[in-house]
Amino acid sequence: MNDLLLDIQDLRVTYTTEEGLVVAVDNLDLQLQRGETLGLVGETGAGKTTTALAVMQLVPDPPGKIEKGTIRFAGEDLLGKRHEEMRRVRGNRISMIFQDPMTSLNPVLTVGFQIEEAITLHQKLTQKQASRKAKDMLKLVGIQEARAGDYPHEFSGGMRQRVGIAMALSCNPELLIADEPTTALDVTIQAQVLELMRRLRDELGTSMILITHDLGVVAEVCDSVAIMYAGTVVETASTENLFSRPLHPYTRGLFGSIPSLDEEVKRLSPIRGIMPDPTELPPGCRFHPRCPSAAPICSQRSPVMIENEPGHRVNCMIYEGLVPEE
Amino acid sequence: MHKYVLRRVLLLIPVMVGVSFVVFTIMFFTPGDPAKILLGERAPEAEVQALRTQMGLDDPFFVQYARFVTNALRGDLGRSLTTRRPASQELFARFPATMQLAAAGVLVAVLIGIPIGIVSATRQYSLFDGASMVIALVGVSMPNFWQGIMMVLLFSIYLRWFPSSGYGTFAHLIMPALTIGTSSAATITRMTRSSMLEVVRQDYIRTARAKGLSEHLVITRHALKNALIPIITVVGLQFGYLLGGAVLTETIFSWPGVGRLMVDAIRQRDYPVVQGGVLLLALTFSVVNLLVDVLYAYIDPRIKAQYK
Amino acid sequence: MKTEADNVVTADVDERQQGLPESDAGRDTAMQVLTDTRRGRSQWAEVWRRLRRNWMAMFGLAIIIVIFFTAIFAEVIAPYDYRTQNLRRIADPPSREHLLGTDDLGRDILSRIIYGARVSLQVGFVAVSISLILGGTLGALAGYYGGRLDNVVMRFMDVLLAIPSILLAIAIVSAFGGGLVNVMVAVGIATIPVYARIVKASVISIKEQEYIEAARAIGATDLRIILKHILPNSMAPIIVQGTLGVAIAILSAAGLSFIGLGIEPPTPEWGAMLSSGRHLIRRAPHVATFPGVAIMITIFALNLLGDGLRDALDPRLKQ
Repeated sequence: MNDLLLDIQDLRVTYTTEEGLVVAVDNLDLQLQRGETLGLVGETGAGKTTTALAVMQLVPDPPGKIEKGTIRFAGEDLLGKRHEEMRRVRGNRISMIFQDPMTSLNPVLTVGFQIEEAITLHQKLTQKQASRKAKDMLKLVGIQEARAGDYPHEFSGGMRQRVGIAMALSCNPELLIADEPTTALDVTIQAQVLELMRRLRDELGTSMILITHDLGVVAEVCDSVAIMYAGTVVETASTENLFSRPLHPYTRGLFGSIPSLDEEVKRLSPIRGIMPDPTELPPGCRFHPRCPSAAPICSQRSPVMIENEPGHRVNCMIYEGLVPEE
Repeated sequence: MHKYVLRRVLLLIPVMVGVSFVVFTIMFFTPGDPAKILLGERAPEAEVQALRTQMGLDDPFFVQYARFVTNALRGDLGRSLTTRRPASQELFARFPATMQLAAAGVLVAVLIGIPIGIVSATRQYSLFDGASMVIALVGVSMPNFWQGIMMVLLFSIYLRWFPSSGYGTFAHLIMPALTIGTSSAATITRMTRSSMLEVVRQDYIRTARAKGLSEHLVITRHALKNALIPIITVVGLQFGYLLGGAVLTETIFSWPGVGRLMVDAIRQRDYPVVQGGVLLLALTFSVVNLLVDVLYAYIDPRIKAQYK
Repeated sequence: MKTEADNVVTADVDERQQGLPESDAGRDTAMQVLTDTRRGRSQWAEVWRRLRRNWMAMFGLAIIIVIFFTAIFAEVIAPYDYRTQNLRRIADPPSREHLLGTDDLGRDILSRIIYGARVSLQVGFVAVSISLILGGTLGALAGYYGGRLDNVVMRFMDVLLAIPSILLAIAIVSAFGGGLVNVMVAVGIATIPVYARIVKASVISIKEQEYIEAARAIGATDLRIILKHILPNSMAPIIVQGTLGVAIAILSAAGLSFIGLGIEPPTPEWGAMLSSGRHLIRRAPHVATFPGVAIMITIFALNLLGDGLRDALDPRLKQ
């Protein structure tokens, strides 16, 4: 059971912009067990996508730069790999599904070719076999194989995302990173695509990181959750644990801002304030300006990750015993 | 696809009618009596008047225009006032030389512009990129007639590599082609670079990288085809500017093309030749743009699909 | 002829349509806009701030300012009168008395280049103004009213576009004769379609905006809406195209003069000076060289500024 597939330690990724250095990800730890599905949750700009791109080593450079940290995948140090070696990992052992299916497929190449391309690149197959496999992949995601010769603009958004899934799974990767795969889709299509991903994950036994800002999706699909805020993970736990006992004030805030069907609530309690300007992050705990429990110490030192109970870790000084809970 | 081509060809007709109208109108108001030019300044008034009637120069504007268009459709552009030969004959005799020059210019522009643009984009902010962008900017800033003269000075007079003027051999073609192609090469370099940079930051390029493709394949297979789509349009437009630029370049190198014929015709007020020349070059430009549009549709499946 | 600007505009439109993908990396521009509005900078102050940081553009601007002053104070700066002929010093190479030498009639080339700046700048700016006013009006009407008017105007523009612009200018000048005014008009008319298209595109994109609806709701007239609301909002592409257009106009006018159809002697015009030096190219290459250098420097500076303005006016396009 304890088979660590992905282990990110102390990751820091920055972007150099005209307005100064943007720290997109800092001090980030994240673990994923083999066979597990992890939900990576946070607001827009929390650094979820950057984290995913760092694992793929696709952070655009310049302006982006992985400044420090380690990323171990199945025991191998990814950041130490040469370009050539990393290319054999990408699309083969780790693959990714992107947020916007409308722009993520190449408009001038047929979908069949775009799937086939990944297969021929990583597997020793003849052209014919690869083309056969690409068609099988299309069938697997519920698209007629006759449409392999069509171009992306001939498909709807949901269908294109299916193509994206087929492409990502074509080499049977050990890890699939799905970056808000359903955000850009219609609500009815979202459920279908999510269901498809869940089914294929179970069939193929792929481990998965699902990036989302939708806690409902997490509850449905994920085994465990990592909550991100302003570039770092503030709380990780099993889905069950996190939903029944959220610890971090930010996590609690997230739940407080979702309407509940069970209880009668007069009004939602959104988290006050906005995400900090990434060029001017607050000192100490990054959440303190918005935190209802904030104490003076919160702006003076950074919190340390505490394992509050087995498997439930939180990055808040309340649990270090330094700040009284409100 | 056939429907698309047919549609484009049909669209050409009203445009050419419009062009003929504009050209005819400009020449109609040109001062100077063609009959007098034909007969010479000292011809008796009665003779001039007789010729005017014979040529239909006293007819109303629209009658004359209608005659011009019907004649033009039959390939009759009138007679040159200086050589008395049909203007169309004069023009067609010179046309191949102009096409040769323009085609060579486009070739120079494409062969220089596209590769440099691609390399610049893939090495953005490198020394190569900076240098080629400055050179490209100088290239678009240089008047081509001046560049032509400077090339004659350097390559014909000082170095004696190429003949300074004339027509016929490959050596004669080199300097005119470089002169006429330089600014287009610079323009295409800049366009290719910005088009590539735009394409390279698209999501589907990230997808291609996420598949594990080598940078070489990402550029040649995924980026280039998309980047070329706007560049093809630019190349087509450049062809038109080269046809216009031919007037100047041909003058410098004594290139026996339509452009030089027109400049001479303007000096001698030989208006049927000027009229016909503008018409011929505009038609050529329009046909080239039509071909470019068809090519464009062939490369971009999104356009092809519209006319399936 | 030189063509940069026409293409640049198509590129601009393309790039704008494609937009930026949503990603963490794309966040910086959004942040930048946010912080700027917070600081309460006006749009133009912001454009100037960005332009000022682009040293290439500032270099171009500096050269243009110098050329402007040269043109205005030509009488003071020029060492000789541009007409004074010295038949004993025909086509003399550069010397201490004549820094850039003398031309085929023994006139001081430097002085003629200095006076020539006047002609070129006039031609450039007046031609672009003609083009902009006529083309802009046509484009605004076509875009605002649409329908049949749009159809008629734009088909006419297609016709003009089918004739390479230098050829159209040549045809007009050959019909109506050379001279400063005719050259300006000819060059201006030849580039009308470029501005008509730009203005029409901006008008169409702006006219559906809600604040236009609002203006209409409170009873603003069409003319007022076009002048007060739509034009200011289509300034960015117009300014960029205008700057590059001045460069193209100067080149076109010089080209016309070069083939003897433009500005007539003894007015010192760079293209005409170059043309007169052409026949001396073996004996006195400097006569043709220096006017060309003057043209090139001017055009180069305008292109630098135009590129810089484009980046400054639309930071998203900046790489």
